[in-house]
Amino acid sequence: MNRLTGRNLTIAYGNKVIIENLDIEIPDKKITSIIGPNGCGKSTLLKALCRLLPLKKGKIALDGTDINKSASKEIAKKIAILPQSPDVADGLTVGELVSYGRYPYQKGFGRLAPEDIEVVDWALQVTGITAFKHRVINDLSGGQKQRVWIAMALAQKTDIIFLDEPTTFLDIAHQLEILELVKELNQKQHTTIVMVLHDINQAIRFSDYMITMKGGEVITQGNLPEVLSSQLLAEVFHIDAELMKDKLTGKPMIANYQLVNRKYSKVEIK
Amino acid sequence: MNLKNKNPIHFTIIFIIACIMLIVTFWISIVCGSADIDTSTILNAIFNYDPKDMNHNIIIDVRIPRDIGALLVGVALAVSGAGIQSVTRNSLADPSLIGLNSGAALMLALTYAVSPVISFPILILTGFIGAMAGGTMVLMIGRSRKDGFNPVRLILAGAAVSALLSAASQAIALYFRLNQSLIFWSSGGVSGTTWQQLYIGIPVVAIVVIIFILLSGQLSILNLGESVAKGLGQNVKIIRAGTMLLSMLLAGISVAIVGQIAFVGLMVPHISRFLVGTDYKKVIPLTAVLGGCLVVGADTVARMMGEAPVSAIISFIGVPYFLYLIKKGGRTI
Ligand SMILES: Nc1ncnc2c1ncn2[C@@H]1O[C@H](COP(=O)(O)OP(=O)(O)O)[C@@H](O)[C@H]1O
Ligand SMILES: [Mg+2]
Repeated sequence: MNRLTGRNLTIAYGNKVIIENLDIEIPDKKITSIIGPNGCGKSTLLKALCRLLPLKKGKIALDGTDINKSASKEIAKKIAILPQSPDVADGLTVGELVSYGRYPYQKGFGRLAPEDIEVVDWALQVTGITAFKHRVINDLSGGQKQRVWIAMALAQKTDIIFLDEPTTFLDIAHQLEILELVKELNQKQHTTIVMVLHDINQAIRFSDYMITMKGGEVITQGNLPEVLSSQLLAEVFHIDAELMKDKLTGKPMIANYQLVNRKYSKVEIK
Repeated sequence: MNLKNKNPIHFTIIFIIACIMLIVTFWISIVCGSADIDTSTILNAIFNYDPKDMNHNIIIDVRIPRDIGALLVGVALAVSGAGIQSVTRNSLADPSLIGLNSGAALMLALTYAVSPVISFPILILTGFIGAMAGGTMVLMIGRSRKDGFNPVRLILAGAAVSALLSAASQAIALYFRLNQSLIFWSSGGVSGTTWQQLYIGIPVVAIVVIIFILLSGQLSILNLGESVAKGLGQNVKIIRAGTMLLSMLLAGISVAIVGQIAFVGLMVPHISRFLVGTDYKKVIPLTAVLGGCLVVGADTVARMMGEAPVSAIISFIGVPYFLYLIKKGGRTI
């Protein structure tokens, strides 16, 4: 039995229902990727799973208890979330932002206890940003900023971390750096990771489990590489793709892809 | 000083400098005035008060209460502005620009219309209620589902509601022939501050500011945006509502003491953030000190210019600052 499960979830913004009657299970201590076309509800599902969005119907259970009925600070000790493109308050330093990750552990009017400071330093070190501790976040590069947010999530010391498109807007080297960092956390700390990715090949390479979504529905969920097929890619992304073997990782990769309806939709550009 | 590398010591230095500035400004303000009074007389008046000495009376009954009044109002308006800016995540928000001051002034006009002799605690209370009413109107109109408190929409709503409420105040003033006392509220001045007002104003402002300092960690979290704050386990609704109420209380007290002064709550938190960043544990204390500094200083200048209204002096700096911020895009904090 996995720790985090959702049953019969209906999620809506006001009256606009995005996801209906969805069942989902997040495998413990694994890296799970959620993929799917833009606007299919990935962020919506992610936010609901970590109680940022209320449910219309259904129940999300963490260790058997309903997360929407638990104390929010207690959940924050178990689940950390890095939202899609969080905006940095102008002028915060790296150390300040990462220390906010200790918020769930602070009582009353909260000063940092020595153990909080220890955890913050650890988070800075794991993400390789100790040298920037007193720098203002705005002055950092995109990849460094993303590591600062990950460090804040780490400072929460949770068993589960959600990341919504952690690599978007980064160049390929920085994308790999972030994903390697995530992988390392999973392997060394046994952190359960759930992330939304756009690059299918990166999702295959860095995750153990894959959830594919389309139009608010989960099309498949299962272990990699079994869950992957050309038909699935055609159905979800409308692409015709070949699955080949990645020489570097031994895992599948997609290649030679084009739009399924390419031949019908050729537009003549004058 | 390297502004890009903010060591903890950076804040301490800036805070100490700000405190020294406040003490100096306060002292200059007591010394400067229409009657020439030297330092030893001032010290004597404070430590060796002689009720028959005219100069002693000026110091104790006029200048010191006036300066403390200015200090109090500066602290209250600046901290109120910081609170409102963090709740709306809008760097253009200010107690007067979102209708708190005009709401409070209208309620005070109404109160005076009912009875011209009203105790100060009741005035504070009515000011608070008026600030709540004005602020709630602006926030409801200025808020949209899609992008929350869009800076410019909020300010437009504030301008419209303020104009309406001020017109209503004037109508009441005309109808009940309150003209005299209302001119005082729309122009804003600390010259009439009395010890009776201060006996109540000082503890209320002090307590609210202390609560703000204790809350400042929460404001930092709130400032990260709703998703992140909720993800960290904060009860965003309660913190927002509480901060807003405290900000309204501070604005209500200020209006009850001096009438309407704009831009203090806009400028001071902005300058504080520029100096020490956006961690509210640093911003709130610095904002309180700099706010006091600004209004005490402006009141001194106002006095030297032959009792110009202090609100005019502050607007003289505030308006260009505001326009500069709008030009910069009035982005959210
Ligand atoms: N705050 C919101 N209010 C209303 N509709 C929203 C909101 N956020 C997202 N949506 C809608 O929900 C759908 C799913 O969005 P989202 O979960 O962000 O997609 P994805 O992350 O897969 O790109 C989209 O149609 C989007 O327009
Ligand atoms: Mg998304």
